[in-house]
Amino acid sequence: MSDGLIIDQLKKNQILDLLKEGKRVDGRQFDEPRKLTIDIGVIPKAEGSARARLGDTEVVAGVKVQPERPFPDTGDKGMLICTAEILPIAHPSAETGPPQPPVVELARVTDRGIRESGMLDMKQLVLEKDKSVIGVFCDNAVTDHDGNLFDACSYASTAAINSCKIPKYEMQDEKPVKIEGEFIEPPITTLPVSVTMAKIGGFILVDPTIEEWGIMDARITITSNSDGNVVALQKGGSDGFTQEELIKCAELSVKVGSKIREIIKQSK
Amino acid sequence: MGGRDTDIVLLDENGIRSDGRKVNETRKVTIKAGVLKNANGSAYIEFGDNKILVGVYGPRDVHPKHMSDTDTGILRCRYHMAPFSVGERKNPAPSRREVEISKVIKEALEPAVMLKEFPRTAVDVYMEVLQADGGTRCAALTGASVALADAGIPMRDLVAGCAAGKAADAVILDVNNEEDQAGQADLPIGYMPNLKKITLLQLDGVLTPEEYKQCIEIGIEGCNQVYEIQKKALQDKFFASGEKQ
Repeated sequence: MSDGLIIDQLKKNQILDLLKEGKRVDGRQFDEPRKLTIDIGVIPKAEGSARARLGDTEVVAGVKVQPERPFPDTGDKGMLICTAEILPIAHPSAETGPPQPPVVELARVTDRGIRESGMLDMKQLVLEKDKSVIGVFCDNAVTDHDGNLFDACSYASTAAINSCKIPKYEMQDEKPVKIEGEFIEPPITTLPVSVTMAKIGGFILVDPTIEEWGIMDARITITSNSDGNVVALQKGGSDGFTQEELIKCAELSVKVGSKIREIIKQSK
Repeated sequence: MGGRDTDIVLLDENGIRSDGRKVNETRKVTIKAGVLKNANGSAYIEFGDNKILVGVYGPRDVHPKHMSDTDTGILRCRYHMAPFSVGERKNPAPSRREVEISKVIKEALEPAVMLKEFPRTAVDVYMEVLQADGGTRCAALTGASVALADAGIPMRDLVAGCAAGKAADAVILDVNNEEDQAGQADLPIGYMPNLKKITLLQLDGVLTPEEYKQCIEIGIEGCNQVYEIQKKALQDKFFASGEKQ
């Protein structure tokens, strides 16, 4: 069983039998995501924050902004780093301690989706070239796990970054100093949105629940931007996809993603 | 994509890339099967300037025991880069990147390996990147399939790996390190040519839906070429006429 979620054989048969009749356990269409609600500003101490609920999956994302020394090879760009962790309150299978490979993958896929889209214009986040830049850190905490954490983290991160306020810094004596009470708008260029699809018995299902997640043969997470281009992708699970399936999945991702993007926009 | 600025011309006016290749050309790939004495199966692959050794152990007892499965064998993969494999010394401890790549390679190989034949056992695949030059995950995956076959483990197909991508606004095959750093997109693909199934797929960088289709198409074509080299490596080992290895 993937990710250590054990579902008894009966449940698996039930899910498969229903799929053959064109139905999902919770009554959704194959290309229909669960209800998404986003609340922003839930953590006032963070420079940006969002709580995303995708069905019963819940993620809280918080953005912290602070000046950083840039990486040696990208001194003309700010920094943007996303992480994700599954809190032990989220599910009986969640453990404390160093992150296991599935959690490392979750964090890296979340980060890639945001970063590769070029969501923030990093060139605008430089205080002094090669010396000091603005670092934007978006940390996701999964508080309730009902499957498809990839998308929940994607939506929470995008909403949190989209609504964040970046404190104004000025260089004084070669050191960045925060100007109290002054903020700049984040240089948003696009809103990346991921859509994860599970492949079960040859069927492609958008936004799998934890039960579907437990029995899926393979999955694919495709992130698209506001222009309808594909910006990041991750295949997972112990089966493959045909070329036709991959093209269908990308189309689905762009279609479903555009509706989700509207929800994120309206949350601001 | 690092999106780093560079002075290198990724594609000149004649459509020739920085290392002299055409847009739809892979780097030179050589594979040798059965290069290690102790491993049950092994392979050495050179994919352009990538140099990777793969060793396979198993099917064997599972340690720790709680990881074993009574219904099926399990596949465990470790992708690891040597500290001297890249420009600046890499910390030898496994990074988060390596943990993720190990996981996607494992999931790329699982559809090919008939693990149900060996319940309660493990097959361990160790991929050691000795020199890296972009596209190591595809190269490691390619070498790993050959090593698994060399170990005599029943397989449905070999998995061949090759990346497609975008640099200087052109769709290109087999992205090298420079193109990965300064290019616009990298889309590594793992493909089972007989079963026509894509088992590894990742992307970073921006592609239009049309470019995405082209990348998958050209990437599969690259995998088909790599597949022929994989088969030849196995033929060379097992059917070389009277030649002692």
